[in-house]
Amino acid sequence: MRVKSLVKYFDGVKAIDKISIQFESGKITGLIGPNGSGKSTLVDLLTGFLPADKGLIFIGKHVGIKKVQPSKNYTSGISRTFQDARLFEQMSVLDNILVVLTKRSILSSIFVQHPKYLEQSKEVLKRTGLWDKRNELAINLSYGQRKLLGIGRALAMNAEIYFFDEPLSGLFPEMVITVKNILLELRGKGKTVILIEHNMNFIRELADTIVVLESGRILTKGEPSEVLAKKEVIDVYLGT
Amino acid sequence: MDYFIHLAILVSIYSILSLSLNALAGYTGLISIATSAFMGIGAYSVAIMLTKFDLNFFLALSLAMIIVGIIAFLVDLAFSRLRGDYFTLGSMGIVVITSGIFINWQSVTNGPAGIANIPRPNLFGFELSENWQFLCLSIFLLILTYLVCEWISNSSFGRVLRAIREDEKAIEVFGYKTSKYKLAIFTISSALAAMAGGLFATYAMYISPDSFIVSESILVITMIILGGLANNRGAILGSILLVTLPELLRFVGLPSSIAADFNHVIYGLILILLMMYRPQGFLGEYRI
Repeated sequence: MRVKSLVKYFDGVKAIDKISIQFESGKITGLIGPNGSGKSTLVDLLTGFLPADKGLIFIGKHVGIKKVQPSKNYTSGISRTFQDARLFEQMSVLDNILVVLTKRSILSSIFVQHPKYLEQSKEVLKRTGLWDKRNELAINLSYGQRKLLGIGRALAMNAEIYFFDEPLSGLFPEMVITVKNILLELRGKGKTVILIEHNMNFIRELADTIVVLESGRILTKGEPSEVLAKKEVIDVYLGT
Repeated sequence: MDYFIHLAILVSIYSILSLSLNALAGYTGLISIATSAFMGIGAYSVAIMLTKFDLNFFLALSLAMIIVGIIAFLVDLAFSRLRGDYFTLGSMGIVVITSGIFINWQSVTNGPAGIANIPRPNLFGFELSENWQFLCLSIFLLILTYLVCEWISNSSFGRVLRAIREDEKAIEVFGYKTSKYKLAIFTISSALAAMAGGLFATYAMYISPDSFIVSESILVITMIILGGLANNRGAILGSILLVTLPELLRFVGLPSSIAADFNHVIYGLILILLMMYRPQGFLGEYRI
């Protein structure tokens, strides 16, 4: 996936300012920057959650498009988590996963009942440690469990490109290990992983490439050891 | 005995209406006020086909459901951008328009006087003239509607509808064109409301524009909220309670001049109390 000169305004203010970037498959790209630097907005544009004002987005070998149609994410192989989880609150944990596994056809969905996708959802929920909670409503989960369910939902898409928006915030150490293993597994399978994260140790350990955003622009990018040692990154991001 | 059969028939008809609205409001989160409009179009279609064209009841009922399905499909195409409160207000517009048509298209609907002498359903040459016979038919259609709604609710389709209710933008990102799903359930729900309308027309044997006004839709909304949204048994329970409640009030001894209006006061009070103390209703699985 790559983007060319992407621009997004919010009430006349440039939130994304001519960003051009390429995300490589089989690698984890860490997207970092201070709050309000445009990380989540960039992910929103690339997953069709928001339309871009200018610029082009290239997915695979397809021609550049200005707006990603979210309804095409299933066929384009794009999946994501949300910073605030955005679960289907009054649905069970199992249903949150099942709904993502279902075939995108009204007619077939009317005639398909639960069992067909049960094995796949069991696999996802065991992977995220939520199988025992499968019958609970999503609204009743703890903060960390909600994050994990969001990750499980993204995994259920069986996509090629994954966006994880702060997947670690608020997680217990054992949950962090689970998420870390999931990300490494995706990289091992040759998937494209874009990771927004504030935990620098985690980014340093996992990311193959880091992109630093500041005020909607790319400040710098490169290997973690190089990027995190740069003075402008330390100044802007860490504020020291 | 005939009195109880009469109540049971009304419960059946309102249960079909409640189930139809529950599929839309309970599962998909689209609160529609157009129920009475689609019920009315169904009732008028059946009445006209029976009185003017002498069609078989079941053929007329099927055609009425198809007609309403097509109308609902076209209406929802226009509504595809409306969400939440905007959808609800838009649906109220449909009732206003259909009421206007029922009153003013005199050559077809007979205007405010309505259509009288609608024949009872005829099953293979056997007219269901007795109320208990009609009750069997209405219970049969209620069971059919219940099974359809249960099937929808347990299918993958029903799960997508619930996800739309919970967070439409989020489910879109997972590759769903939600407008198609909303269109499908709006069409199905409206066709079921038309079936209730057809039943009502042949039971009462007389229809007029007064039977298909906004307050009828409000009554059905109250029924599904009282019984419990997103629960088909709840929709039926709500219908039983709100059809029988006014009958119980008769025994309180209220003067008949105020009894009818008093019903509306009670429906309003029930809605207010439910929203304050039990927004999910008696059997509800979904809290507004």
